[in-house]
This record gives sequence, C-alpha cells and structure tokens, in this order.
Amino acid sequence: MLLEVRDLHVEFRTRDGVAKAVNGVNYSVAEGETLAVLGESGSGKSVTAQAVMGILDTPPGRIAGGEILFKGKDLLKMKEDERRKIRGAGMAMIFQDALSSLNPVLSVGAQLGEMYEVHRGMSRKAARAKAVELMERVRIPAARERVGDYPHQFSGGMRQRIMIAMALALEPSLIIADEPTTALDVTVQAQVMDLLAELQRELNMGLILITHDLGVVADVADKIAVMYAGRIVESAPVHEIYAAPAHPYTRGLLDSIPRLDQKGQELYAIKGLPPNLLAIPPGCAFNPRCPMARAACRAEVPPLAEVAPDRASACFFWKECVGA
Amino acid sequence: MPEPERPEPPERYEPPAYDPLQPGKGEAIAPTGQGGPIDLALDEAESLEKPLGDDPTGPGPREKARSLWSDAWHQLRRNPVFVIASLVILFLVVISIWPQLIASGDPLQCELSKSQQGAEPGHPFGYDTQGCDVYTRTVYGARASITVGICATVGAALLGSALGGLAGFFGGWGDSLLSRVADIFFGIPVVLGGLVFLSVVTSTTVWPVVGFIVLLGWPQLARIARGSVITAKQNDYVQAARALGAGNGRMLLRHVAPNAVAPVIVVATIALGTYIALEATLSFLGVGLRPPTVSWGIDISNAASQIRNAPHMLLYPAGALSITVLAFIMLGDAVRDALDPKLR
Repeated sequence: MLLEVRDLHVEFRTRDGVAKAVNGVNYSVAEGETLAVLGESGSGKSVTAQAVMGILDTPPGRIAGGEILFKGKDLLKMKEDERRKIRGAGMAMIFQDALSSLNPVLSVGAQLGEMYEVHRGMSRKAARAKAVELMERVRIPAARERVGDYPHQFSGGMRQRIMIAMALALEPSLIIADEPTTALDVTVQAQVMDLLAELQRELNMGLILITHDLGVVADVADKIAVMYAGRIVESAPVHEIYAAPAHPYTRGLLDSIPRLDQKGQELYAIKGLPPNLLAIPPGCAFNPRCPMARAACRAEVPPLAEVAPDRASACFFWKECVGA
Repeated sequence: MPEPERPEPPERYEPPAYDPLQPGKGEAIAPTGQGGPIDLALDEAESLEKPLGDDPTGPGPREKARSLWSDAWHQLRRNPVFVIASLVILFLVVISIWPQLIASGDPLQCELSKSQQGAEPGHPFGYDTQGCDVYTRTVYGARASITVGICATVGAALLGSALGGLAGFFGGWGDSLLSRVADIFFGIPVVLGGLVFLSVVTSTTVWPVVGFIVLLGWPQLARIARGSVITAKQNDYVQAARALGAGNGRMLLRHVAPNAVAPVIVVATIALGTYIALEATLSFLGVGLRPPTVSWGIDISNAASQIRNAPHMLLYPAGALSITVLAFIMLGDAVRDALDPKLR
C-alpha cells in the first residue's frame, strides 16, 4: 500500500476551545489508484490532506493521534528534514486556486525549475530546460516562448496546468489534489481533469482527489471516501456508491445533484448546517440532520463497519439506506 | 422650442452595389475566393483542424513579460512627481559629492568684516554673522544632510527589515520579544533621546548622528517588515512551495521577501526625508553635527536669533532643507503609488 492513514486525529486550538477537525480518519491509496475524498467545507478533508503533506500550521493545529504510513514508514515519526525530502519528490500537492498558488514575482519557468534546483541540485540553465519539457508535457502551447512569462499572464486553465506540472516535476508516487478544478470554468475543468487522470495513468501514481463535486469524481475515481465532521462515514468503490449509497448523508448528497428528469421540481437539500466542530453532537454527528435518525444514533457513535467487500458505512441502519 | 424642420431625404432608387457575401444573380451562394460564406466555412475548417501546439506564438499577450517591478518602473517613468523629485535628488547627490562644481569658495573661510551683509555680486546669498558666504555654506551643507539621510535610512532599513522579517516569518517568542523591544524604542521621545545620547558624544563626524537615527528608526521599519512578511507568508504560494519541499531559507528569501519588500521600500523612502529633518533638528539643538562640519541645521540655529536683522541667513539653508525633505517625501509617495496596486 502506498499511503495508509490510520486513526488520524487533528485538533485546532481556538479561542473558544479545541476544534476537532479530524476524528479518526482511515484511508488508503495504492499505486495507480484514485481515491476521491468527498465532503462539505469543514468536513476535514483538506486538513487530513495537509496532515499527510506535513504542511499543517502548528500551532494552532495539532496532530493528536494516529499514523500516516507512506510506503510503510510513519511520516509522523520522521524528522522535519526527512519529511521535507519526501515533499515534492515522494508526494506532491495541487492546490485549488492556481493564481494564488504561484508566486507572482517569479516567472513560471523559474518556479518549475526550482523543483529541480532544490531536489536534484541542477544548474539554473538545466532546470529551465526541464521546465520547458514539463510545460510541454502538460500541453501548454508555445512552451519555449512562454517559459519566462509570469503567472498573471496565463489563463486559469493554463495556470492549473502549471500547478500540475510543478507537482509532477519529480514524478512523485502520490499526488494530492485539493479541489483542483473548483476555480475553473466547466469546460476547462474537464480538460484539466482529463490531463490529470492521463498523467496519473502514465506515471502509475496514487492520486487523492479532494472535492465536493460529485460530477468530477464519477469519471476518474476508483473509490470514494465520504467525510462528515472529521470522520469518514462511508467508503466504497465509485460505481457502487452511486448505485446504492449506504449512508444517509451520501444519499442526501446524491439526491441534491440537479437532474434533467426532475425539471420543474424542487431540488432536494440536506436540512440544517454542518456541525460546529467545537461542539460535535453526541452520537452520530449527522443525527440532527438525518431523516432516519433514532434514539440509538444519539446515544452512540456508529463505527465505520464493513458492510460488503470493499465497502464500509458508519450508519447503524445502512441496510435501510441501501434498500430505500 | 419648436424643432427645426428637417427636409425628408428624397426617396431614390439606388442599385445595389456588388456584395461578395451575397450570391450573384443566378447563383444560390457566393463562389469561393470572394469572401462569401463558403470561404468562411473553409477558413473555419482549416483553423479547427490546426493542432494547437503548432502556432509558434500561442495565445495570450506577446508583449514582453512584465513583473511587479518592471510594471512599477513603467509607471514611475510617466509620473511627473517622480521625475521632478528624482531630478532634484540627483542634483543634491551630485553637489554633495562635488560641491566645487557650483561653489568655488571655501565654506570655512570667512571675513568677519562682512558680517551679516546682504547679497553682492559673486555672493548671491549674502554673508552670515561670521562673515562666511551663505551660498557656499548652503551648497556644502547638502553633503552632511544627504550623507546622514542615506546612511541612516539604509542602516535602519537593513536592521529593521532583517529583524522584523525574521520575527514575522518564524513568530513565537522571538517575535514577541522583538515587538516589545521595538515598543520600548518607540517610547523614547526623539528630541529628548537625542539630547541625552548625543550630548555625551565628542566626535564631530556624522556617524554618531547616523547611529542614533538608526537606533530610533529601525523599530518603525521592523514593524512594517514584520507585518508585510506575515501577510506574504500566508499566501498560498508559500504553502505550495512548502508542499513541494522548499526549506525555510528558500521560502523566506525567494517566496516571501520579494513579495514583502515593497512596503518597506516605500516607508524607508519617506523616512529618508524625515531623517534629514531630524538631523537638522538635532544640529539646531546643538547635539547633532558640530562645527567645523557644515550643516543646514547649524546654520539655521545660528541664524535664528538674527532673523530680524538678517533674514537671508535663515532663508537659504532653511529653504534648501525644505526642498530636500520635500523631494524625498515626493519620491516616496510616487514609489508607493507605483508599488501599491490598490491605488491604481
């Protein structure tokens, strides 16, 4: 297994108390596999990714427990120096907003080349040649002429390609893409996703795709983990989750996708708001919003239990949900 | 008011001119090669078939890439305030290096017999109480002011931005300590501090004054640098650089510092003017520069008591001081306008 996150807990110290952003997350990614992590804002999906990358701001953040195994070694027990060598070379991250993720005062060539200068000790000139190669690889037209351009001179889609190029520069074995297409318009989204998926296949990388867009996930992911209030509530292979969700939250998410055959009808929405992380409701965190909630849901936290091969759900009444 | 009557244009039949987009007589559609719909379609088809990578120029602007700095420079060159201020400053710098260029006399050679006399040919600004030529002294006085202003600003900017930048970047107890120390220095009243510190100094060079101004000036620049580093540090690209394996030094020098330096430059340029004024103030009070150093502050101090019988003694050094301070503050303003995209 390329990456295994085991029982990860992350807290943030705030003025009003300790916010439990991640409460015992487990997931794993194999080489060449795509895991989509799905959830609303504040569900802990990005924080988990930051903990894996080791770029969590500490303080106020704190990893309160768990293990992150990368190729069998626990990242949390490593020294900062060792981790830094893994970042970029072993695992890399693609951020949501490519414009703000690129340094405005450096040309894209300098930023791409930096990867080779830092990790491989290449000369500036050799690094620049590699930068052109990378830009061609992510299909930026006229790469040779544009290598000296600054980020603001590129369009949104091109900038995201440059981010992808930066992440891929050292051919890491794991890529974490944090909402890579959210800031792009729909037509460009598809191009960028296709490019990412293609390069992933080519290099046989593991990919963690963090998103709240169910449409993006369906095409590229192999398996899905749905997060709610810092916990994974359901994990399953992609097709099964669409066909028969085993958690009422997943069902709610799927039902709230607009569909053509429901034209004229009111769009379904999950009632209520995501829980306050400073005061997560007792029992199942989803119970105040859940249409199926019963006394048991308020009394005890349902564990993430296997319901079928490769499928797990953190709902006591998953059978009803699948059957519904 | 009644509208003036306009004659209706006479209706006249005009034969239609040849329109390539319309089919000719007896044709269903315009033939190729005449810019008609068929040509348009062929054109489209060709450009659609062309692979994207083939185009040597590619989409996007083809002008030379412009960074924040070249953009700022581009804007500064067109700003009259900047042009005037920098010409004045250039002139001041030149005469402070080579005062002989425009003043042939010796500022320390005086004729007591001409004490407080007005202007005469060859001595346009008249004489001061000691009978020294005011014009020569005003020209030579630029050297002290410019030296103090530039050295104090460079010193305060380097010290302030290094300390403030490190404090802002790493945070923690070092940051708290630095902020409190800066607060203490802020609390020292400039004139009182000058009277206390500089009254014990016996050197007649400019360096004690430069040192004192740096000592009191760095906290202001450290605060600015700290604030702008904290802002720059939170940018996604710094996080991205970290996620791609950059170390602290690289993040600070390559990703944070270039994006945080603009406010420091602006504040330092404006501070330069005020430091020159501060030097004059200290010299006026007798604790800054001392004779035989020639300084506007000393001359203003000597002239102040004689303002009623010989106002020219005060007017020229004070005027030179005002113009110098104004030039640097104008320069700072222009630089701020150019570097702050929000003001554009």
